[in-house]
Amino acid sequence: MSILKNVTIGQYYPGDSVVHRLDPRTKLVLSFAFIIVLFLVNGFLPYLWLAALVMVVAQIARVPLKIMLRGLSPLKFIIALTFLLHLFTTRGGTVLWQLGFLRIESNGLAQGAFLAFRLILLVVATSLLTLTTSPIALTDGLERILSPGARFGLPAHELAMMMTIALRFIPTLIEEADKIMRAQLARGADFESGGLIKRAKSLLPLLVPLFVSAFRRADELAMAMEARAYRGGKHRTRLKVLKYTAKDFWAYFLAALAFGIAYFLGRWV
Amino acid sequence: MSAIIRMEGVSFSYNSDDPQQTQALQGVSLSIEPGEFVAIVGRNGSGKSTLAKHINAILTPTSGEVWVDGISTKDTDSVFAIRQIAGMVFQNPDNQIVATIVEEDVAFGPENLGIPSDEIRRRIDEALSLVRMSDYALHPPHLLSGGQKQRVAIAGVLAMHPKILILDESTAMLDPLGRQEVMETALRLNRERGMTVVLITHHMDEAVRAERVIVLDRGRVVLDGSTREVFSQVDLLRQLGLDVPQVTSLAQLLREQGLNLQPDVLTVGEMVEQLCQLL
Ligand SMILES: Nc1ncnc2c1ncn2[C@@H]1O[C@H](COP(=O)(O)OP(=O)(O)OP(=O)(O)O)[C@@H](O)[C@H]1O
Ligand SMILES: [Mg+2]
Repeated sequence: MSILKNVTIGQYYPGDSVVHRLDPRTKLVLSFAFIIVLFLVNGFLPYLWLAALVMVVAQIARVPLKIMLRGLSPLKFIIALTFLLHLFTTRGGTVLWQLGFLRIESNGLAQGAFLAFRLILLVVATSLLTLTTSPIALTDGLERILSPGARFGLPAHELAMMMTIALRFIPTLIEEADKIMRAQLARGADFESGGLIKRAKSLLPLLVPLFVSAFRRADELAMAMEARAYRGGKHRTRLKVLKYTAKDFWAYFLAALAFGIAYFLGRWV
Repeated sequence: MSAIIRMEGVSFSYNSDDPQQTQALQGVSLSIEPGEFVAIVGRNGSGKSTLAKHINAILTPTSGEVWVDGISTKDTDSVFAIRQIAGMVFQNPDNQIVATIVEEDVAFGPENLGIPSDEIRRRIDEALSLVRMSDYALHPPHLLSGGQKQRVAIAGVLAMHPKILILDESTAMLDPLGRQEVMETALRLNRERGMTVVLITHHMDEAVRAERVIVLDRGRVVLDGSTREVFSQVDLLRQLGLDVPQVTSLAQLLREQGLNLQPDVLTVGEMVEQLCQLL
């Protein structure tokens, strides 16, 4: 049994829905646009509309709600903190509750709930992107979106290559860390008890060999890439050529419409 | 000039500021014909990897010259052409696979060569079927066995349509089954496709399967001949710190015991045959 077995990267939920088959560029651009809209519009009504939108897309993608919400659990602390902070500090409106110096006013409640709502939407929408797009498609899409920036010195290809290599080596390094950890457990190391400092110290004999090996791997990988005629992004073709199809145009169109409605709801209603 | 690899007086030192420092290669001259299966053996640090890296222009000689398929590796404009002709598979399967999906990794070389997408697709299918890994095209490489990973690495090289396949201790980290898989693949490519294979190994049982063996010691070629010739020099090989194939070593022991065996027995089959003749 592996000690580090619970570590997972990416959270791709494989499927064959329209959402899965959209061009990764479409999904990246629309997710980004969604986040901007989220910050541009205010009010519960447009947020309810955006939440409904996310739910509909998740339905189409056939991603279960439970899996969607899983992305929230690492952030539940931050969301709760945001809520509580605003609940107790934002002033205005009627006093709802008071105990000593602690006081909740109605504006605080509204503001806290609103900001928590915003964070939840932000996380759920971006997990929808990573749930329906494989890491490879994501890096490909990112490379293509950023590639016009290459003319101005933006290292689009290099960034994408770094992401690919990181994704490729994370499982290998986890496996290795696991091996080292077990070798040291067998020699009586203890990674689990003691305070924060003691535990951090006990990790040192794990991290040092891991780093040494990572550098050796990087060295060998660079050589192997060179041997396979790698010379950066120039002259390079790709196996999978990204192509926009009709469904991408529909996605852009519908999203523009939906974002327009959100803006309208926030402005005039 | 029909040789596919030709080296003339190649010397190389890793530290060019200090030429007095021992050179990793010292005046190596050799030539390898298309379609040959050559094993290179020698103890640790004898210069095998350094020699291999001269064949695909990862390293260029400090003095002397290397020609690959008629192109000199000194010609800096031809570096990528040479790397396409001479493909190299390294020792650690984990450190030469770039992508997160087998077929994406096989595509890496052709992508670097600027091959159009539909041709890359064809090459992936061809290369994976040559190494018998077609069923794994969509697998993540980190879940494969060592032998399978090495075969993916070979496929990645084959997809570049090389004429030479260099295996630098590519079996060293594998279990016996994995080693067998890689050896069979290399032999098959040589026989069926006429691929020139340069096999660097510490396992004499693998070297025996080549047609020709080159022995390196301290950066020099000390023996170069047919497998049978080279392995009949049991004493010299031992002196150089090398093993001899188990069967050859057994034959020598039996000869010392007075049995009338040939000194150049290489395989179990030959041994059986000779013993039967004696009976
Ligand atoms: N990157 C390097 N920098 C400096 N010296 C090196 C480097 N690589 C190898 N050498 C030296 O060059 C000599 C030949 O090394 P090489 O790696 O070619 O040997 P090898 O026959 O492949 O050995 P092994 O069986 O251990 O793989 C050795 O003395 C080694 O120490
Ligand atoms: Mg070596």
